[in-house]
Amino acid sequence: MKPAPFEYLAPRTVPEAVSLLARHGEEAKLLAGGQSLVPLMNMRLARPRRVIDLNRTQGLAYIREVNGALRIGGMTRQATLERSPVIGGRCPLLPEALALVGHPAIRSRGTIGGSLAHADPAAELPAAIAALDGQITATGPRGERTLPATSFFLGVLTTALAPDEVLTEIALPALPPRTGTCFLEVARRHGDFALVGVAVVVSRRSDGACGHARLVFCGVGPTPVRVARAEALVSGRRPDAAVFAAVEGLVRETLQPDGDLHASADYRREVAGVVARRALTTAWSRTNHG
Amino acid sequence: MATSGTRPRAVGRPVKRVEDGRLLAGQGRFVDDLHLPRMVHAAFVRSPHAHARVRHVSVSRALALPGVVAVLTADEAARLCHPWRGILTDYVGMKTALQYPLALDKVRYVGEPVVAVAAADRYVAEDACDLVEVEYETLPAVVDPEAAMRPGTPLIHEELGDNVIYRGGFDKGEVDQAFARAHRVYRDRFVVGRQTCVALEPRSLVAAYEPREGSLSVWISSQVPHMMQAIFARILGLPEQKIRVVAPDVGGSFGLKIHCYSDDVAACLLAMRLGRPVKWIADRLESFATDIHCREHLVDVEAAVSADGTVLGLRSRAITGVGPWSCYPRSSVVEGNQVIRLLTGPYRIRNYKAELNVVAQNKALMSQYRAVGHPIASMVMESMLDRAARDLQLDPVEIRRRNLVRRDELPYTTAFGYVFESGSYLESLELALDKGGYARWREEQARGRREGRHLGIGLSCFIELTAPGSFYGSGGAPISAQDSATVRVEPGGTVTALIGVTNQGQGAHTAFAQIIADQLGVSVEDVNVMSGDTALVPYGGGTSGSRGAVLGAGASILACRAVAEKVRRIAGHLLEAAPDDVELRDGKVSVRGAPDRSLTLADIGFRVYYQSDKLPRDLEPSLEATAHYTPARPITWANGVHMVVVEVDVETGLVKILRYVTVEDCGPMINPALVAEQVRGAVVQGIGSTLYEHVVYDAEGQLLTRTLMDYLVPGAAEMPDIEVHHLETPSPFTLGGFKGIAEAGTAGAPGAILNAVNDALAPFGVRLTRQPITPDLIRSALRQAPALNRDGRR
Repeated sequence: MKPAPFEYLAPRTVPEAVSLLARHGEEAKLLAGGQSLVPLMNMRLARPRRVIDLNRTQGLAYIREVNGALRIGGMTRQATLERSPVIGGRCPLLPEALALVGHPAIRSRGTIGGSLAHADPAAELPAAIAALDGQITATGPRGERTLPATSFFLGVLTTALAPDEVLTEIALPALPPRTGTCFLEVARRHGDFALVGVAVVVSRRSDGACGHARLVFCGVGPTPVRVARAEALVSGRRPDAAVFAAVEGLVRETLQPDGDLHASADYRREVAGVVARRALTTAWSRTNHG
Repeated sequence: MATSGTRPRAVGRPVKRVEDGRLLAGQGRFVDDLHLPRMVHAAFVRSPHAHARVRHVSVSRALALPGVVAVLTADEAARLCHPWRGILTDYVGMKTALQYPLALDKVRYVGEPVVAVAAADRYVAEDACDLVEVEYETLPAVVDPEAAMRPGTPLIHEELGDNVIYRGGFDKGEVDQAFARAHRVYRDRFVVGRQTCVALEPRSLVAAYEPREGSLSVWISSQVPHMMQAIFARILGLPEQKIRVVAPDVGGSFGLKIHCYSDDVAACLLAMRLGRPVKWIADRLESFATDIHCREHLVDVEAAVSADGTVLGLRSRAITGVGPWSCYPRSSVVEGNQVIRLLTGPYRIRNYKAELNVVAQNKALMSQYRAVGHPIASMVMESMLDRAARDLQLDPVEIRRRNLVRRDELPYTTAFGYVFESGSYLESLELALDKGGYARWREEQARGRREGRHLGIGLSCFIELTAPGSFYGSGGAPISAQDSATVRVEPGGTVTALIGVTNQGQGAHTAFAQIIADQLGVSVEDVNVMSGDTALVPYGGGTSGSRGAVLGAGASILACRAVAEKVRRIAGHLLEAAPDDVELRDGKVSVRGAPDRSLTLADIGFRVYYQSDKLPRDLEPSLEATAHYTPARPITWANGVHMVVVEVDVETGLVKILRYVTVEDCGPMINPALVAEQVRGAVVQGIGSTLYEHVVYDAEGQLLTRTLMDYLVPGAAEMPDIEVHHLETPSPFTLGGFKGIAEAGTAGAPGAILNAVNDALAPFGVRLTRQPITPDLIRSALRQAPALNRDGRR
């Protein structure tokens, strides 16, 4: 289990990283935390000719709060995010999701940008960022461009990133007041990729009804899957047990997951409904504290 | 015995492990830590197919790669060694093909080694493997064990005529009559998935050949250095005295490291051909594909039960799929054989008919893993008892009380013919119920059901076959039935012990130091135990079958007695006392009743080693003895009970273990802490078997579980607190009364957990008979549940 030969490059700046990518294109692979890329290389399932290591690239690891919105550098470690009081205060959904990402040793190396760019459909972070209406900034030879998380994920391990672009920043807009969030998943063991998981964001309007609502699933399709019909079902109502049960039914009917080694399609569809109901119930109860 | 002022006995106390300081500091010395001058690294081209003919192999591009020093093909490997065959002759009618280091004409499982490469480092060796071209003609794969038996199924070895390796069984008592008079007959099929061992340290080897001496040294992560010496001699055609096998620190084994593996032999051949040391460390992909697998069983069972819950008779028919060959030298029939033989457990069942089919398939080889056969036998029996209890409206405890062998029935001979000489079957059950709070949990369960929570309580009462004396030797395998110890008092009065039993994480060195300390009246710190080197230790059988503590302790006691006798004779001479009046205690050697007439062991050591000319000629100047020990009976039976409480989330199928209580009776404990940790580690593996671990092949024989992301072993979060309670019923037939303990946890867990899950699901009319119990399995059973009948009866 040793990688095939490759050339190692360690750019110091983002422009340098971009120009290396522009030169080597598809032959090169960016190394962030290495928690997916390195095992793939060791198993020789990935054989990049060149590895461009972003770990020594300056200015990619930060957490900034601007008027309630958050800006997170692509190379920010998952463990840093998990422990950040700013993130915990402004966006408790992220630490809740991060606690389910692998194990502490993995999160100490793993980065938010690496997880998003890898785009494993069972991973927690893509679903969480999509549910938070995150904006993803890519930097390439033509400059920066920003696109919403929902259009960033194109398929299994496939994103809108061009071969010469670096994922440099994730921006999270401020959440409305009295917002409750919940990340819930079912996994075979603690730390495993989700068999099915869901990120829920709901806000309580001043009239007591639900305003903003997001339900985004992982593990049930090639990308994070947003179920807008379920959001519409809760939005504008005062959700109660009957509404939560209706969401469960709707989710179960809407999703079309595949089965694999760990769970069948039927299981995933059914349990997606269950976690949706449970997470929504919890998230709504948390709007009281928002 | 101990009076005030004398050192307490070491045996029986939770002495801290002497091994730990070094291991915890990261200073273990494992095979991979060994770096020899001129050493090269091996890697293997492995079969991507489950079943295919090898049409052509081209190695020229690999040979041309800079850094590559040798490429070994199957033809050449076959010429350089003697093939081997995993037959035990006492299994009449057994058949299996010869095995070679590299696949000759056909590949028969995914991962089978085809070509071996040696290169300057492992990276280059793997690059070279990529350059070897192998042309295959694929053949239909035989995957399903039942299908493997059917006529017309493709043959894995054409010359054998069919895919059946062994067919056996027995018919004891009056089975048909028992079924004829039964109140109820219960029939079930149990399906047990394949597993593998997943030792933290993978299989590892460094082989070094000295052509001028014709000697081979092999450092190998192994439980059985002497067995490896014997089989390397046979296969490589070297005399035994020219082969040294060393097992340094070993990072877990569980039965994984007691077999002859093709890649080990091929690595030795590379070393012999090159005259340079060769290192091969299995990576995790290789481990999953080529370590022995275990457990794949189908068990059809019928139980005849009377109206009062007495089990009148049993019939079982087991099919075990073991891969293309029976494993050498322990064979692949013992696992299945123990399933049928142990099925009656600690229960009084006089009439029993069993049939076993061991079949070949295109999967990795299958052989002994911790608790060989026990977990399946126990799970089947325990599940049938719960089924009968529910149907007859008996408490699961009550049906066990009615069927367990009572102490006054000992010695008890099972239907198959095993003899239980001592045990505490009912006593263990009662203690487990008491410590586990069985009655309170039943109340909790009833309360939970009213609130929509689904708790289940599971029990298993099991026996553990330990310390087998003759077992494999009688079938012709070079596997020692005895074990050994050399004990030496050093000139300064401290003690060195060389033990035939090996150490791979279980704390064997600590246990033997305790035994020896007590025997010679010294402290544990004054005893240094070494093992694992055929050039150093007397001939031994290593570890397997929970034999280490029993045989190692027996040998140590005998060796210490011989040394103590020498000490007494020499001290008697020096102190002018009769040897019989000399006693060894607290590091002193003194005359009984006259403590001022005493010497230290150092005084005696100085005299024996440095002034032996001053001793009478009839006193041998020696403070050293070697002893060998075989228990008086072929098997020493331990026993225990597990009680488990689980909660099942019926919406997601997730199982949470709320309480895990065990009672273990392994006779007098050498070290209760070591016993408890053996039990806990083994229980965790049992939890793995029952809820998580599954080696999955697809219909074409492709291995789907190739990494630790796909093959799930329980992690810290999946391990409950495991409470261990002890009873100590000595064996009348072993020195010290000791019994083995290493496998008990793994044996007892699956039955208890399955029963707990089924108890939780009973209100839905669901009963599972398959492992692993996955969330998907539970959900799918609930989806098809006949009715929601919440009082738990159908």
